Amino acid sequence: MTVSKVWPSAREAVADVFDGAVIMMDGFGGPGGMAQELILALRERGVRDLTIISNTAGLDSVSFGTPGGSLPVNHGILVANGQVRKVIASFPVSASPSRPTSFELLYREGKVELELVPQGTLAERIRAGGAGVAAFYTPTGAGTLVAEGKEVRVLDGREHVLETALKADFACIRAWKADRLGNLVYRGSSRNFNVPMATAARVVIAEVDEVVEPGELDPEVILTPGLYVKRVVVRRHPGKIYTREQGAAS
Amino acid sequence: MTTKPRLEREVIAMRVARELPDGAYVNLGIGIPTLVSNYVPEGRVVIYHSESGVLNCGPLAEEGEEDIDLINAGGQFLKKAPGMSFFHSADAFGMIRGGHIDVAVLGALQVSEQGDLANWMLPSRGIGNIGGAMDLAAGAKRIIVAMEHTDRDGKSKVVRRCTYPLTGRRCVDLVVTDLAVLKVTPAGLELREVAPGWTPAEVQAQTEATLVIPRDVPEIAL
Repeated sequence: MTVSKVWPSAREAVADVFDGAVIMMDGFGGPGGMAQELILALRERGVRDLTIISNTAGLDSVSFGTPGGSLPVNHGILVANGQVRKVIASFPVSASPSRPTSFELLYREGKVELELVPQGTLAERIRAGGAGVAAFYTPTGAGTLVAEGKEVRVLDGREHVLETALKADFACIRAWKADRLGNLVYRGSSRNFNVPMATAARVVIAEVDEVVEPGELDPEVILTPGLYVKRVVVRRHPGKIYTREQGAAS
Repeated sequence: MTTKPRLEREVIAMRVARELPDGAYVNLGIGIPTLVSNYVPEGRVVIYHSESGVLNCGPLAEEGEEDIDLINAGGQFLKKAPGMSFFHSADAFGMIRGGHIDVAVLGALQVSEQGDLANWMLPSRGIGNIGGAMDLAAGAKRIIVAMEHTDRDGKSKVVRRCTYPLTGRRCVDLVVTDLAVLKVTPAGLELREVAPGWTPAEVQAQTEATLVIPRDVPEIAL
């Protein structure tokens, strides 16, 4: 049997995403490490009531990590399109209150829910979800709003908060290169949430710049072994940033 | 209200920079903390950690040379530097929580006399970004706050008890403001240094918390 996880298009790779799905969306905040083509395909598909797990809630009103000050495509377009019911994030709004994101505006109207999580706790909850650890104790957030309603235990002489694992139906991640077995390598700071998210969803879809033959990726630098990855999609415009100004692709 | 000149943001950053030991692993927050890297005393090597998954962050990239796969936690573009390493978010925060970061320099909305820190949400906005701040507050070996002493309305940000949502309890060690250097001690906030031209009494008058004032309080030296 020849294994190939490469799918012909982003549209086909997200065709079974359903209303109410829980989706992990990669990225730190900017377009680096963001599966922009999959996000565009999800908007086109129009699925609703999504729960998005991501570092941000889509910074769509400010230019973060984007050269030239343009506004990149991110999951903010799904929020703006009314497709998102809930976001689990650490950095949900723009740093400047005068430039509210789509998420902040809808949040004020009570149209989206937020579960606010410290960034390290978010990453660890995802790692735990992928590694079969149901919950863990962390000192982060002890004595703050984050600990409210959660079990708190004194361990090693200090308060720790019990945090539960996160899992998802789908993860839309972005890597640099894949081979057709789904082994992935990343570039620079775009590892971010991609690597843990690649382990924590039932269906992991990786958007990459390039697919190569098995053997071409150095096994010493593969960060995501292929067993985690169900589908690989090649970007139509490798290495380009998809900006909102230019529409679907530039 | 006293209208004497206060320290510029760059001078606050310069004073903080003196606190960074040679060879330290340091995380700088957004705002005044970001400026600190410009003023590390010559001969000292400081290694910067970024939550975006980069260790040994060097200078920023030139315009036209920006790489979206090489950013710091503020979304600024970095230049590739010798000795740099990359890692994913779970490891980036394992480094923080695990006690591997020697110093974190953070901005603040309020700091209390017990060293409580509030820096993620203005209650008037009703929503805010926690980002990496709570992990740093819980995990960095030493927290230095760099901020203005009073807010835009002239209200003291150095308070008896924080009224804004907390980032962490009893986590701050040193506070450097545009008026003073304050050390969190078991006896309370000790006034260690004052801005040039300011007396301890004048700094106290701008401060909600009651300061512990030693007999001799030197001016901030750079």
